[in-house]
Amino acid sequence: MQQSVESTQAIAESDAIAVERTLAGDREAYRVLVERHSHNVFRLAYRMTGNRHDAEEVVQEAFLRGYQKLGQFAARSNFGTWVYRIAANYAIDRMRQRQKEEARREAPRADDQDGMENDPLNRIPDGAPTPERLTQSIELRKQMEQALAALSDAERTAFVMRHWEGCGIEEIAGVLKSSSNATKNTVFRAVQKLRRALQPVVETRAQARAMGTES
Amino acid sequence: MKHMTEEELIAYREGVAEQRAVISGHLAVCAECRGELARIEAVLAALDTLPVPDPGADYGRQVWREIAPRLAQKPGRWWQVWMEPRRLTAAGVMVALIVAAFVAGRITKPGKTSDNIANQEQVRERVLVVAIGEHLGHSERMLVELSNAEPSDPAQKQVNIAAEQRRAEDLLQENRLYRQTALQEGDAGLASVLDELERVLLDVAHSPEEVTPAQLEAIQKKIEGRGILFKVRVVNKELQQRQEAREPEPAQNDSTKRERNKV
Repeated sequence: MQQSVESTQAIAESDAIAVERTLAGDREAYRVLVERHSHNVFRLAYRMTGNRHDAEEVVQEAFLRGYQKLGQFAARSNFGTWVYRIAANYAIDRMRQRQKEEARREAPRADDQDGMENDPLNRIPDGAPTPERLTQSIELRKQMEQALAALSDAERTAFVMRHWEGCGIEEIAGVLKSSSNATKNTVFRAVQKLRRALQPVVETRAQARAMGTES
Repeated sequence: MKHMTEEELIAYREGVAEQRAVISGHLAVCAECRGELARIEAVLAALDTLPVPDPGADYGRQVWREIAPRLAQKPGRWWQVWMEPRRLTAAGVMVALIVAAFVAGRITKPGKTSDNIANQEQVRERVLVVAIGEHLGHSERMLVELSNAEPSDPAQKQVNIAAEQRRAEDLLQENRLYRQTALQEGDAGLASVLDELERVLLDVAHSPEEVTPAQLEAIQKKIEGRGILFKVRVVNKELQQRQEAREPEPAQNDSTKRERNKV
């Protein structure tokens, strides 16, 4: 999604031709679109789902759905953005499906009665990590993955699309089926939650680095 | 000095702030807000280090190899999408619901608003119960046929399940519509079974048209493992009982019956 204006325009024009040819019955033309956009869609899907297996499934499903719905694709639109939106929508479905599967697998616990576990922040492991663990980058990475996983589907989608993929608010609002203002709020909530969860770890790590104790 | 809120700073950092110039101006003169922004940026910068695995230079071709056998010969034009049997079925159910609601509105006595609403709800639910019952019946038959499918000759290397696959594709669209309706109606149990059914239908719809006996066995095991046939039967039975429990209809006064006969 972050390309130069000229190359974006050239790709969009070439995409439009490939779409027309596909609609005329040339299946190989769709291959061009798949091969051109697979990497970008994979990156979005991986960041949204957090695992490679689901991300690959999202990519395949997005292109399959894209092909089936190609007749509804407006010629003036950008195919890359369009298939991106399909992938984001399917990734949300996939994440919800995963959560349901996991919820079914986990037996209800007695301590789930106080209503606190509904707050995603409470799902992040409590307690400050030890300095030893903090020295390991892998630990920080785990914390970040947990913080991202603790976001709601909408928050994660909004954050990934805005922060990492540089999508416009209107585009994200289209995926979330929400208004622009509500989408901006979702981006804010996502960053706020990530900050609450990660700032202590990030600061401790920065201090350790400043003191030269980090490996 | 009035400082920027966390929300304003996050919006500024993420490029969605409305008063960008005002925030910029404030940051230029306020060390405290600059410090706060730096803390937000430190977290975001740490997140930026999260790696995304490289799927490989060949990934685009790999995706194409996976999806190419599953693509139809020609993608649908927009108007063709609305002529697909599954869309027509779904549209048919919607029309039936609207007509049912209209008829219910006509046959109920004016003035008794709560009775009217209750009647409309009953008719609407009855239409829905019948439609979902039929859908579950069709799904059950397709899954039974698929579960019983086997190569006609033990030496056969491929089994053609194209017919089941196409039926699963059709049922998938209907299933989504009914699952959403069940959720809207607050019927979580029904929605949950339809959700499970959807996943099985999705698996079947996305299977190749010709599978090896081992692949077929894997699909059959998946159907069996989820116990979906049993669940579909139980829910269908419950729906039938629900329908029977509503018949005979509650006692009506003569005028309502006369009105209904006229209709």
